[in-house]
Amino acid sequence: MSAPSTGGRLRADALTLGYDGPDIVRELSLSVPDAAITAVIGPNGCGKSTLLRGLGRLLAPRSGAVTLDGEPLAKLSTRHVATQLSVLPQTPAAPSGLTVADLVSRGRHPRQKWYQQFSVSDEAVVLDALAATDSLELADKPLEDLSGGQRQRAWISMTLAQETDILLLDEPTTYLDLAHQVEVLELVRRLNRDRGRTVVMVLHDISLAARYSDHMVAMKDGRIVAQGTPAEVVTPELLLEIFGLAAQVVQEPTAGRPHVIPLGAGV
Amino acid sequence: MSTVTRNGGNVRSLRVLRAGPVSIRISPRGLSVGGVLVLVLVAAMAIHVANGGTPLALLDVLRALLGDTSDSKVHLAVTEFRAPRMVAAVVAGACLAAAGAITQTVARNPLASPDVLGVTAGASLGAVTVLVLAGGGNAGLSGLTATMGMPLAAFGAGVLSGVAVYLLAYRGGIDSYRLVLVGLGINGFAVSLTTWLLTLGDVSSAAQALTWMMGSLNGKDWALVQPMGVIAAALLLAAVFCGRWLLLTSLGEDTAVGLGTRVGSVRLTALTIAVLLASVGTVVAGPLVFVALASPQIARILTGAVVPPVAISALVGAVFVLLADTVSANALSVALPVGVATAVVGAPYLIYLILRYQRRLT
Repeated sequence: MSAPSTGGRLRADALTLGYDGPDIVRELSLSVPDAAITAVIGPNGCGKSTLLRGLGRLLAPRSGAVTLDGEPLAKLSTRHVATQLSVLPQTPAAPSGLTVADLVSRGRHPRQKWYQQFSVSDEAVVLDALAATDSLELADKPLEDLSGGQRQRAWISMTLAQETDILLLDEPTTYLDLAHQVEVLELVRRLNRDRGRTVVMVLHDISLAARYSDHMVAMKDGRIVAQGTPAEVVTPELLLEIFGLAAQVVQEPTAGRPHVIPLGAGV
Repeated sequence: MSTVTRNGGNVRSLRVLRAGPVSIRISPRGLSVGGVLVLVLVAAMAIHVANGGTPLALLDVLRALLGDTSDSKVHLAVTEFRAPRMVAAVVAGACLAAAGAITQTVARNPLASPDVLGVTAGASLGAVTVLVLAGGGNAGLSGLTATMGMPLAAFGAGVLSGVAVYLLAYRGGIDSYRLVLVGLGINGFAVSLTTWLLTLGDVSSAAQALTWMMGSLNGKDWALVQPMGVIAAALLLAAVFCGRWLLLTSLGEDTAVGLGTRVGSVRLTALTIAVLLASVGTVVAGPLVFVALASPQIARILTGAVVPPVAISALVGAVFVLLADTVSANALSVALPVGVATAVVGAPYLIYLILRYQRRLT
C-alpha cells in the first residue's frame, strides 16, 4: 500500500513559493507517489495550500521548480499540462446559472478545438464523469441550487472530465458535514483504486486524512516535517511538534489506521 | 448531414450540432433569440431611415437604397444623409454593447462597463480637447484634420485611458474589484479634466463640445461612418471569437488555469478588443451612456446564458441605439440627441442593477 517516495511523475525540487510578502513554501522537495493518494496536513498557514497551488502551476515558483515527467511545468504549455494534471481550487466560484453538465463539460476544454467543441467521445467522458460522482440526475441543475456536497461532487466531476492521471484537490471537504466529507473521500478512494489516479489532497482533518491516504506529508512553516505511511506520520510526537497539540493516537477499528484523540489542556 | 442531437442521456445542457469531425455547442434558445433579434434589427433600421426627417414610405426607402434615382431628392436624402446615420447608430450600439459584454465578463461584474472603466470618458476628453483647444471641428481646422482630427483624438484618448486603467490595476494579474475601482478613478479624472477644458474654450466650441458629449448621431456622414464600420466589423468578429475563452475565465482564475487557459493573455486580448470597440463606438456617436452597461445584461437575460453572449449583446445594442435615436428625433417637437433617450431608459436600469447587486452581497 505504501508508495515509494522516489520516481514519481510529479516532483517539486527545492521549490520556493510566495505571494506578495515573505516566502510561504521554502526550498521544498517532494516526489508525489504515482497511483497513490497523498494527503498533505499541517496547521493553518503552514503553506500546504500554497504547495498544492505550486504543484498545479497556479502559482509560479520564486525559485526551484515543479517537474512533470522531468520537465519543468513552466516550460510545458499550460494546455498540455491540463491534459496530465487537474486542479480543484479550494473554493471554486462559478457564475450563477451555470448547470452541472455545463461545468463538467468545461473539463474537456484542454482537448477541444474551436471547430470541435463537443465530440461524441467528449460527451461520453462527461457523462462518465457525472456518473462517477452520482451526479447524472443533477446534470441540468444550476450549481447554486445544490447542497455543498452535491456542488463539490460536480466540481470533482469537472476535474474527472479532464481525464488526467493526476488530481490535485485543495481541501475538497471544506464546508461539508461529516457525512458529505466521507462521501467525497470515498469517491477519491474509488478514483484511485478503480482508475489508478494519482491524488494529492490537502486536508484539515488528520484522522480522515490518515484513513483515506496511502502517503502523508506533514508540513510546518513552509517545510516538510515528516512523510511516510499514515502510521509513520501520525504520532503523538509529530502532532505535538507541528500543531502543538497534546493528543493520543489510537488505531481505528475498521482499517486499523491511526486516529487522533486530542487531549486538550485539562489532561 | 448535420444533426441536432438530443442524446447525452437527455442532458439538456449538452446540445451539440455535429457534422463529421466538426461539432459545435449550441443553445437553441440563444439561436432563436439571435434570429428574432436580426429581424428586429432589420425592422429598426428600416423604421430609422424612414423616420429620419420627413417620414418616407418604407417602399420608397428600399427603392432608393437599391439605387432607384427616379426621385433624386429622396435618393439623396436616403443614401447620403439617412443611411450613414442609420449605420452610425448600428455601429455605435453594436460596438459599445460588445465592449460591455467583454468587460463585464472579464471583471465578473455586471457594473463593469466601459463607461464605468473610464474608456468612454477618456474618449470624450480627447474629443473635447481638440474641439476646445483647436477651435472646433470645422472652425480653426481645415481638410483632413477637420474631419478626422476629433475622431482620431477621441479614439487615441479612449485607448490611452484603457491602457492606463489596465496598467494601474495590474499587480501580477487583474483583480476585478481593483479594475472597477481604478476605472472609476480614471473616469472621474477624465470627467473633471473635460469639465475644466470646457471653461477654457469660447462659448460656441463649448456648446459644440457639450452636444458631442451628450452623444449625438447628428450629421454623421460616410467619411466617418465607412472606415469606422469596417473597423467595427473586424473588431466584432474578433470579440465573438474571444467569447469562447472568456467563458472559461468566468470560472475564476485558478480553475481557468487548471483547464489550460492562458488567463493573462486571454484577459489582455479581450480587454484590448473591448477598449478598441468602446473607442470606435464613442468616436461614432459620442459617449452614449448605458448602452454598454445595459445591452449585455439584456442579452444575458433573453438567452438565459451564464455570461453575456457577445454577438447577441451587439444585436441588442444596435437595436437599442436605433430605437433611441428614432424616438429622440421624433418624439418631441425638438429633436433631442440620442444620448438623452439612452440615459432616460438606462438610468433606472442602473439603479435597479445596483440595488439587486447590493442585495446579493448582503
